[in-house]
Amino acid sequence: MTENTLPPPKVRVLNSKIGRWLGIVPFFIFAFLFLLWPSFRLLIGSFTDNQNHFTISNIIQLFTVPTIRDAYWLSIRISAVSALGGGLLGFLLAYSITVGGLPRVIRSALITFSGVASNFAGVPLAFAFVATLGRTGFITAILMRVFKLNLYDLGFSLYSFAGLSLVYMYFQFPLMVLIVAPALDGLKREWREMAENLGASSLQYWRDIALPILLPSILGAIILLFGNAFGAYATALALAGGTLPLITIQIGEQIQGDVMHNMNLGYAMALGMVIIMAISLAGYSWLQQRTERWLK
Amino acid sequence: MASTKDRKVVEMNTFAGLRKLPLWSWIWFILGLLYFVLPLYGTLDFSLRMQRDVIGLKAYHMAFADKAFWQTFGYSFFLATMTIIVSICLIVPTAYWIRLRLPEARRIVEFITLLPFVIPAIVLVFGLIRLFSSPITLPVAGIVLLPPLTNTVFGTNVLMVAGYMVLGLPYIYRSVDLGMRTVDVRTLTEAAESLGANWYTIILTVILPNIRASLLSGALLIFAIVVGEVVLASFLGIKTFGPYLLLLGQQRSYEPAALSFTTFLMTWAAMGIIQKISGGQGHVAGAH
Repeated sequence: MTENTLPPPKVRVLNSKIGRWLGIVPFFIFAFLFLLWPSFRLLIGSFTDNQNHFTISNIIQLFTVPTIRDAYWLSIRISAVSALGGGLLGFLLAYSITVGGLPRVIRSALITFSGVASNFAGVPLAFAFVATLGRTGFITAILMRVFKLNLYDLGFSLYSFAGLSLVYMYFQFPLMVLIVAPALDGLKREWREMAENLGASSLQYWRDIALPILLPSILGAIILLFGNAFGAYATALALAGGTLPLITIQIGEQIQGDVMHNMNLGYAMALGMVIIMAISLAGYSWLQQRTERWLK
Repeated sequence: MASTKDRKVVEMNTFAGLRKLPLWSWIWFILGLLYFVLPLYGTLDFSLRMQRDVIGLKAYHMAFADKAFWQTFGYSFFLATMTIIVSICLIVPTAYWIRLRLPEARRIVEFITLLPFVIPAIVLVFGLIRLFSSPITLPVAGIVLLPPLTNTVFGTNVLMVAGYMVLGLPYIYRSVDLGMRTVDVRTLTEAAESLGANWYTIILTVILPNIRASLLSGALLIFAIVVGEVVLASFLGIKTFGPYLLLLGQQRSYEPAALSFTTFLMTWAAMGIIQKISGGQGHVAGAH
């Protein structure tokens, strides 16, 4: 976009180059105080030992202390599973309302409820699943009454890895719908017609044309879903208390009572999270740029 | 733009519909619908069964009769309102200024507004507590610039609002910036200036009313984030609705279900209004 600056305002100080920057000083003060400085504090702390000397031992301990390593690994696995599961369901739904041929009413209804569901998370979401798939949840009860199936005897538990993944998927798949539907809209009808005129089957069209074009956008969206689940805390806490030791739960315990007996190790745990989030967001924006080449 | 796209979709649908019934599409849709509806139905059903063998609103009566509910919910509501007001006061002038006079600052400011996506709430609150639980002093003379905020009620409230502003920053900034792009603030400003209006008047009486739709959707999104928020509130020791609901869930079973369903209805209302005013553009927030 071309941005021409306006003729100079009447207040003289605002005309100079430095003066113009004064206009956003309040924003920078706010961002510095409550976002940048606290983050910087954690960063410095991660590389400091108890005597205030530089060290990288905290970072090394992230990989060597079993409880920390396992917590990261659990968080990564659960985020990946819920991102892939939510991504798949979300993609199929987005497909069905865009090129899949469902009526328009359904499309707008689905987009609306995706907006709601992707924002319905945390404690209420956990309670909703307890009422549904918990030990006395209504689906559990129906399966018991009608099919004489006890989910919990079969090894399922809502308060486990699989259970939490199911709960996370509730806010994951709507987010996928919201991100991927515009990309699917960008598939041009001419491409399909051309492929069909050249004798391609539906399968060939998807395998050789549509999916390669959509791939960056799908991958990008799944990475975003990963980050979305990775930072989650309240849902897991409300569902399973501390029994599923995600990295967020571990950091929470560290904030409350220095359970690692090393404050700086806690900072390093937080830094590790930020790094993983940053990598996934960078991956998302890189893939998003690649997508825009085709789907504009 | 949206209407041509819609027409294309309609055309495509009629063509596809003639060729074959979109059976698989319906299957995926029904699957998604069940995933969405069943937990809500489960919650509603459970919340209505507090009295044995009777379907009734007893759990809702009990939940709403609790004084602590109104106190904590009121507190959350207050914090959300403060967050919205201060965010608007900070972001509107900033976005306006960047658009009109300082386009070269756009990249750095947009980068900062995206940072909360990278810094999870639990990490943010960790940093805030560490930084503001001890006094902030000038390194040379030892002069205290800021007493520890976490020690006073007022200071903690300031920290809460600031933290919520950070969490809402990506949404409110994008919303306001988009609003300013669509109403062409430049022309509006030039017109107002030529009539002799000063900056105050321009922002207050020209810009704000013209971007009210964006402001409203940003505000509702912040509301949706703040009202159920747990992380900042519980680690800063503030008794808001999120921690209250969490605690209630450990003590009782029917009332939390009733309140969860109520929360869902509120989320639905907030998002519904956003959809209405923003024309079907989905927004996403995160208080997971």
